[in-house]
Amino acid sequence: MKKILLLLCVVLLMAPVALAQDMEHEPWTCPEGYEGQTLSIFNWSTYIAEDTVPNFEEACGVTVNYDIYESNEAMLARIRQGNPGYDIVVPSGGTVQRMAEEMLLIPLDLEMIPNVANIIPDLLGPAYDPENEYSLPYQWGTVGVGYSTEVFPDGITSWNQVWEHDGPVAWLDDRQTMLGIAHLFLGNDPNTTDADEINAARDYLLENGGNVVTVAADDGQVLLERGDVDIAIEYNGDILQISWDCECDDYTYAIPEEGSNVWIDNLSIPVDAPNPELAMVFIDYILDAKVGADLTNYIWYASPNQASIESGFIDEEILNDPAIFPPAEQVAKLFAIIDVGAEAEELINNAWDELLIFLGQ
Amino acid sequence: MTNWLKRNQKNGSFLAAPTVVWLLIFFVLPLVIVLVVSLMSRGRGGVAELPFTLAHYARSFDVFSIILWRSIGLAALTTVVCLIVGYPLAFFISTRRRRRAQQITLFLVILPFWTNFLIRTYAWRILLGDEGTINGFLMSLGVISEPLSLLNTQFAVLVGLVYGFLPFMVLPIFASVERFNFRYVDAAHDLGANDVRTFLRVVLPLTMPGVLAGCALVFIPSVGAFVTPDLLGGAKGLMIGNLINNQFGGSGNMPLGSALSIVMMAVVMLSLLVYVFANRRDTGA
Repeated sequence: MKKILLLLCVVLLMAPVALAQDMEHEPWTCPEGYEGQTLSIFNWSTYIAEDTVPNFEEACGVTVNYDIYESNEAMLARIRQGNPGYDIVVPSGGTVQRMAEEMLLIPLDLEMIPNVANIIPDLLGPAYDPENEYSLPYQWGTVGVGYSTEVFPDGITSWNQVWEHDGPVAWLDDRQTMLGIAHLFLGNDPNTTDADEINAARDYLLENGGNVVTVAADDGQVLLERGDVDIAIEYNGDILQISWDCECDDYTYAIPEEGSNVWIDNLSIPVDAPNPELAMVFIDYILDAKVGADLTNYIWYASPNQASIESGFIDEEILNDPAIFPPAEQVAKLFAIIDVGAEAEELINNAWDELLIFLGQ
Repeated sequence: MTNWLKRNQKNGSFLAAPTVVWLLIFFVLPLVIVLVVSLMSRGRGGVAELPFTLAHYARSFDVFSIILWRSIGLAALTTVVCLIVGYPLAFFISTRRRRRAQQITLFLVILPFWTNFLIRTYAWRILLGDEGTINGFLMSLGVISEPLSLLNTQFAVLVGLVYGFLPFMVLPIFASVERFNFRYVDAAHDLGANDVRTFLRVVLPLTMPGVLAGCALVFIPSVGAFVTPDLLGGAKGLMIGNLINNQFGGSGNMPLGSALSIVMMAVVMLSLLVYVFANRRDTGA
């Protein structure tokens, strides 16, 4: 994974060389025969551009139902109970692995998705899905700290500043990421399955969590924006979206130097999808250079789409933002979360419950 | 008419059949499922699998008991505050001479139900926040120089619960006071009782059914409250409902969540038993 991202950054550094190809780009066209059909998408909240779905509906003459979720776990629980009728889901890496093992995803027909050619080659064939049988990358990004520039005029460069801050802090309700950060400090593998190491990480977080006012499920940026917290551990895109919304410099995002979590979200088709063919057409649409660039320009996450990056469709402000496309030396310190199996999962689950219980004592 | 009633009393069980079937399918069966799941082991992704184990009950009474006691404490406190605020209010409403005034005050108690509970709880977040309405007001008056930490505390949860459940206290007490014959007060006074004694020996016992019903209606949903602590409690105001909810996500622990639910149900059952017995003694049955 680290190698992939290093290579990715090299590619990105070379990107400006290949600018200004936008004139040659032909708009994506929908294959025929889908008019009047319906597609149901189940995606993370605030994770698509305003016109992505309407443009697809217009291009194909179809209707799209769009539902949102807040966590991989929430989505997984819905699909596990029997797919309620979704054609597209957007699981993160480890979740793809788990869903594939549980036969909750159906294989993609890559011939129906010619725009696979647009994806950065190094992002294809990831460890959680080596043949891209079940997934193709949608967006990628990091977990880091969003903070108030008024409280931290000199910025945040270390997790220690987060632990030691005398003021309200919001953590992210992502057990593997939070424990993984503690593992970095303790010198352990962030994906360790060892009970003692997991409990040590729990204790490390408890010791350093005295200033935590809430463990937020993906709305830390809202708390930061409202002034309820000075620091929110959050996904980079969420923090960037509020600084973009307020058109101010009140908030910024940083990846602490000790390292953090990198994630890749993927487009997949859940088992029993009512319309898998149209779902594959939609995946092809998302992987179009212009559509992918518009998406990144709106939600400010890093695009896995080399054609988007090279075409110059992505705003330069985003391409050159280290919070979105971090520099190589930072990327080298990022860790990815994998599926750790039932036993370690239970250990992590117990450690997290105990953390939540004792954090408030 | 009476013949018709008599005839149908014999068929009572037949008339009750739809309710019985309903309860069997939607109450007894789910309860049995929860009970069975609570005794199973945790499989990958948090689902239930064999073999059977009591481990999740052990865990419920171990670390989780801290939060369980906090939930019971907060619910009890909510009930007491609701009673202190709600009893005089119910009295105020039912003693309005003009029917119109009574209708309007009663209407005002019910009015908040017109807005979704979630939205009203979010409003409390804005009121209680560090840069929220209350802190802003107090700071502009110069009463405080630093914002008070109101949000993300157990106090915020208490405020939210009292706010949310107050009508459930007021309405049953109102119904009791409505039926109360105020000539008893005159009689007590004539017999030499002072106001305090009259209240304690006459008014309170006769309105006790309403008080007990109100307490049960406030305490039971408060113990299992989930939205209020989630939005107002933050890390320090976590309640058992939040931890149960956490167990039913993808990498939670459904058997543990079920065991915690059963334990919570036992707490609710116990308080209902208290209610039933207190009520019985009260009505002299």
